[in-house]
Amino acid sequence: MDPALVQFLQLVINGVAIGSIYALVALGLVLTYKATEVLNFAHGDVLMASAFVGWALIAAAGWPFWLAIPAVLVFAALLGWGLDRQVLRRIAGQPQFAGVMLTIAVAFMIRGAVSMIFGPDSRRFETPFSGRTQLGPLVINDLNLVIFGVALVVTLALFWFLGRTRLGRAIQAASQNQLAAYLNGIRVKALSSLVWAVSGIVAAICGLLLAPVALVDIGLWVVVLKALAALVLGGFGSVPGAIVGGVLIGIIEQLAGVYLPDGSKDVAAYLVLIGVLVIWPRGLLGEAHGRRV
Amino acid sequence: MRFPYDTSYRDGLRLLRYRSDWLSYGVLLAILLIAPHVLPKFFVGEVTYLFILCLASLGLMVLTGYTGQVSLGHAAFMAIGAYAHAWLLGQGVPWVASAMGAALLSALTGLLIGLPAIRVSGLYLAMVTLAFSIVVEQIAGRWKSVTGGHNGMPVPDLVVFGLSLGGLQAFYYLCLTMLVVVLIGLLNLLRSRTGRAFIGVRDSEAAAHALGIHVAGTKVLAFVVSAAITGLAGALMAHHVQFLSPEAFSMLLSLELVLMVVIGGLGSVRGAVLGALLIGMLPTFISRIKPLLPDHIAKQMGLEIFMFGLVLAIFVLFEPRGLNGRWLKLRTFFETFPLYRRDTFRRGKTYMKSERYR
Repeated sequence: MDPALVQFLQLVINGVAIGSIYALVALGLVLTYKATEVLNFAHGDVLMASAFVGWALIAAAGWPFWLAIPAVLVFAALLGWGLDRQVLRRIAGQPQFAGVMLTIAVAFMIRGAVSMIFGPDSRRFETPFSGRTQLGPLVINDLNLVIFGVALVVTLALFWFLGRTRLGRAIQAASQNQLAAYLNGIRVKALSSLVWAVSGIVAAICGLLLAPVALVDIGLWVVVLKALAALVLGGFGSVPGAIVGGVLIGIIEQLAGVYLPDGSKDVAAYLVLIGVLVIWPRGLLGEAHGRRV
Repeated sequence: MRFPYDTSYRDGLRLLRYRSDWLSYGVLLAILLIAPHVLPKFFVGEVTYLFILCLASLGLMVLTGYTGQVSLGHAAFMAIGAYAHAWLLGQGVPWVASAMGAALLSALTGLLIGLPAIRVSGLYLAMVTLAFSIVVEQIAGRWKSVTGGHNGMPVPDLVVFGLSLGGLQAFYYLCLTMLVVVLIGLLNLLRSRTGRAFIGVRDSEAAAHALGIHVAGTKVLAFVVSAAITGLAGALMAHHVQFLSPEAFSMLLSLELVLMVVIGGLGSVRGAVLGALLIGMLPTFISRIKPLLPDHIAKQMGLEIFMFGLVLAIFVLFEPRGLNGRWLKLRTFFETFPLYRRDTFRRGKTYMKSERYR
């Protein structure tokens, strides 16, 4: 095969892998946004905290990998649940801006707490996936396969949960109209806490997937900004849009790193965000109705 | 409790309505004028820094507090102001022209970012400005021929009209003058037709439109004014830090500015100043109490950012009107003593209102 084509395909493969993580992060954001209309800026910090807890359990405490994972997920679920139950519920009904500020405050507190407990150093932990598969001239890391597979499974599980189960439909109803859902006997408050817990679990999965790729570091939260770009590109508030947008942002970033001038890899996602919002605010799969806020 | 007795329309618009206002603000100004001769050197520098923060916070207040446009990327305008100022000074441009140029360039960038503000608002605008500030920070790090990249860029000495103002005291007075001029200008702008249009657009775009206000133009104008003031603050900041590097204008600074206006109380000039004072003094305060804390906490980096988060959370949850709101309540309490009613400031019952189907 042509080496230029091989390089292109290799970049796309890497992009899809990293993009799947962005998509999952974006999915976690959409969940809470749809359920409570709060854009969770603390999502990235829940993710970062989970990665650190994973490191503490696996590398520091010496737990086996497969035992540590569920423990981290439980931690993140409790964190998400607690955030809604104890903090965000208090500002229900206030303007959207209050939610943004409160989640930024929570993000600062999580970031500060993590750096107080663990210190500023980066660290890493071992995963069982270190091999690689040769596919013709292309090289696919097992880790990338695992990332893609987990992202796919989580996405499908969420689709099944939201679309096919009673609880999931109740969540959808509550996110469409809280008052009407409440009058139909849906326990809206408990449900939104549940959604936050689920969103926390998704964040923790992303954190654990991202930890072997990037290091376990305080700066891990930045992925939430990439996820915002993914959300905007895919159409804000749309679940399939979040996934498509995430994968696209991943690919765009990888391609920009090679084909565009030095440094454009770091800003590609944000330029896409600005461009899409200015030129085409609806995004790829955005909801068609009404004026966008 | 004072009951205003106005005999003309002008009475209602006066900035200082009562003799006691003249007295208290006059005393404050006198104290500020004497302060650098009395305070130790360290504090003169600190207070100067607070003035600069007040200026930047005022800039953001025009946009977020008065026009209702949330910007999470105002550090970008400070960066543009600071770099433009340092570059112009390096080219031999006199100080006044250079500071003007920095403010102008910042305003032009504000115009560039403000134009999309017509299309997007609320959360979307917050994201655009956030992304914009990250892009600006990256450009400052990469554009080595102008900004010196991550190695930094030295700022030329402060010389105004042939007078060297490099000393701490002289710079203090310069910043104080700038702050007072901008403050008075802003107060006048905000009670004028334009300022009232800002508030109208914030409270209801539809109503403002129906009253004949050019909503889009007003929004862009607010962006330009805000960016110019913030750019000026950036130019002064350049002299304060004396050595520019992109890290100084990171997202954290943007968020600190937002913290200032939220904690101060949205929609009040006094709030912008109070918020800047509180947030500006917090790091100093934390470094003072650090020796009192247990060693393993005091040695870590995260305490400061944790405290920022905690203070913000407390204000959003318990005093959404910020320091200004708290001040108004206290004042009312003393003015009406012992007849203060808590319900005076009680907010109406709110229901979850979707902003999705507007």
